[in-house]
Amino acid sequence: MHAHAFDQYLYRDSFLHRLDPRVKVVGVLALILSNALLPDGSWAAFALVWLALLVANDLSRLGLWFTLRRSFVALPFALVAVSAIFSPNGTPLAEWDLGVVTLVPTNLGVIRFVSILVRSWLSVQMAILLVATTQFPDLIHAFEHLRVPRVLTTTIAFLYRYMFVLTDEVFRLIRAREARSAGLPGKKRGGSVLWRARVTGSMAGQLFLRSYERSERIYNAMIARGYTGHIRTLNPHILTNRDWLVLWAVFVLILVIQMVGWLR
Amino acid sequence: MPIEHETLTNFVLPECDGDVLQMHDLHFAYPDGHVALRGVSLSICEGEKVALVGPNGAGKSTLMLHLNGILKGEGDLTIAGLSITEDHLPVIRAMVGLVFQNPDDQLFSPTVFDDIAFGPLHMGVPEDEVRQRVSDALAAVQMKDFGDRLSHHLSMGQKKRIAIATVLAMRPGILVLDEPSAGLDPRARRLLIELLRQLPITMLVSTHDLRMVQELFPRMIIMDEGQVVADGDTDELMADIALLTAHGLEQP
Amino acid sequence: MLNSPAPLHIPDGFLNLVISLVFWAATILMVSLAISRTNKALGEKQIPLMGVMAAFIFAAQMLNFPVAGGTSGHFLGGALAAIVLGPWAGILVMTAVVSVQAVLFQDGGLLVMGANIFNMGILTAMVGFGLYRLVANGNRGLRLATAGAAAWLATMAAALLTALQLWLSGTSRLEIVFPAMMGVHALIGIGEALITVAAIGFIEQTRPDLLSIEKTADSGGRGWVIAGLVVTLLAVLISPLASGDPDGLERVADNIGFLDRGLDAPYQLLPDYTIPFLGETAISTIVAGVVGALVVFGLLILVGRNLRRGRDA
Repeated sequence: MHAHAFDQYLYRDSFLHRLDPRVKVVGVLALILSNALLPDGSWAAFALVWLALLVANDLSRLGLWFTLRRSFVALPFALVAVSAIFSPNGTPLAEWDLGVVTLVPTNLGVIRFVSILVRSWLSVQMAILLVATTQFPDLIHAFEHLRVPRVLTTTIAFLYRYMFVLTDEVFRLIRAREARSAGLPGKKRGGSVLWRARVTGSMAGQLFLRSYERSERIYNAMIARGYTGHIRTLNPHILTNRDWLVLWAVFVLILVIQMVGWLR
Repeated sequence: MPIEHETLTNFVLPECDGDVLQMHDLHFAYPDGHVALRGVSLSICEGEKVALVGPNGAGKSTLMLHLNGILKGEGDLTIAGLSITEDHLPVIRAMVGLVFQNPDDQLFSPTVFDDIAFGPLHMGVPEDEVRQRVSDALAAVQMKDFGDRLSHHLSMGQKKRIAIATVLAMRPGILVLDEPSAGLDPRARRLLIELLRQLPITMLVSTHDLRMVQELFPRMIIMDEGQVVADGDTDELMADIALLTAHGLEQP
Repeated sequence: MLNSPAPLHIPDGFLNLVISLVFWAATILMVSLAISRTNKALGEKQIPLMGVMAAFIFAAQMLNFPVAGGTSGHFLGGALAAIVLGPWAGILVMTAVVSVQAVLFQDGGLLVMGANIFNMGILTAMVGFGLYRLVANGNRGLRLATAGAAAWLATMAAALLTALQLWLSGTSRLEIVFPAMMGVHALIGIGEALITVAAIGFIEQTRPDLLSIEKTADSGGRGWVIAGLVVTLLAVLISPLASGDPDGLERVADNIGFLDRGLDAPYQLLPDYTIPFLGETAISTIVAGVVGALVVFGLLILVGRNLRRGRDA
């Protein structure tokens, strides 16, 4: 596996790619907040949000269905919401006798379940579009401008830089383990579960020590270039009028969405 | 069993008062007791390109970490006439451009631009000049358009050259490189050698690559067991097969 | 996706606004404390060490080992991070990991990130480190056994809190989500425990200096032990209540005014979710949400200011 598998950014020469990362971050967070505020069953508002998403997809030049295709990450989690279908409130729709228990789906329960899924699905797509149109280092810069403590943003920047390096090390370790654990066909391979867990744990320990030593070398490389404990960075982003305009447009959009959702 | 070495005196050093780097009788032991340097003395003059060779564990990397004040041993060490004290550290770290062996340790920022800007920014250089220095440094290593690139997208050879750019941006008086050609394929190695040849700057380079030494460095220092065992004209030392063999080196 | 070690990364949409904001507030508080504490302890080494250790946890989560029937044991790392780095550093490292998973890979939502960080970073640090600290002076066997138990309990505590959050948000029925989460994580926790023990054993053998008792004592004292014990005790107390008698737990919540009216209006579960004088209208819910968001935002600014002042001083 190559490091590129982690890259979520897809370059296009588009309006959305050029937009200031701060505007994109604030806009996406506000829209996700707005999704959470929408009441259950406000289908018109949900539809409006989706329409806005499609427009954004189009503006990104990544294709109208780009975020939809990638949006199934959160799907397995939907399982935990299934139980909402059997909410005791609302009119029963059916009765499923499973022998041990009797499940009664209700109309409110179904509305609740579908609303949770739709909210989640819309929010995930927004996050996908954000990272697909913004380089991760620019996102970190944006969070820095938005007053996230610099220690945290810098730690995240280091995590981003070294997750590629250390993941490569993990795959080297796994490959080495596999190279030494060849089994004969038909025979059980690689000892007991306990033994396998121990090997994996030793790999984690080894990785920890390598990482620890690496952090000391990096620290040396940093002080060799004048680091004294304060990270300094340039502030390359300047908000243009267009950026402000987009931000206001997003807020107006949210207002409209909320009105559609609540007034009926 | 340490090997006894006779100091070589059958060569004449060029006239030089060690105006860039002077080191006299430097000793250093790590906290765990391992003695890494046992009385190292050497001097380097403006414009010299010096190779530092010797087996692994000879103390080359430890020596290099001293030049930047990261490690502090016993003995005299001055950089451009300045002793290594807390007050002088910022100037000395700007003077000595230290490039570590593994570029993944040297390049710790997400983007190439951020990494090259790190040194100048922490020296307190104003923003406009930082940008200028970044583009100058990129031009110097012939990677003009790489500013926006992400570090993890670079090849090994590119990483090595960007690592050099990160210290060039600090406009150092001496470039100190640890194993610059290690891990490079022949083409990347060739590019790097041409780059080192062109850089008009004083250099101290630790390496196992004796063919590169022969090609680039008129002067060569051999270290073993924490001591300088030979210091002189590269061609002369390379001709001394007995000396090379005694210290685990092979004539190229 | 790349790595979903356990169904603990809650996506957006599954927690309601109040729960999300409450846990954001708790997380912001703890993370700010973690930032200043680790800064004091590590000084200028803080950033490279925390950053690379975060990358270590991220990468270690890709280590898996086949258990049986095509399933594999995965690794969360919260307890391990807290034990080998100390609780504050562990929290900071896990915060970075969970944030990157959420922002870059949509593994966990953004609005619910506070809850995810709390569950997977803060709670695991409390249980993992707190219990381990209790026996830090004991012999090797005891320490390793405790580390394993702590790692398992940390996973269970995280699963329990996740289940409670989902229930309080009106997303899941407690009697279903509780046994499901606990059952799955009882298994996942075993893998977590085994890997944690083996990793600590390996580190103790090769670099015992990194795990010295003095270092552990420096990084947190009795407070963590108490926190660890309290969380564990709570988990142990709530568990039978939730599994045997979910209605009972609901009744308790009802009595202390925690849950207003069960699941009939799940998106406005907590009474404070509405502003009294505006009545229970749509507007008041929105206003309440906006006020909540402002509170969190204000807290962020205050904390940020204080941190900066502390650093300049």
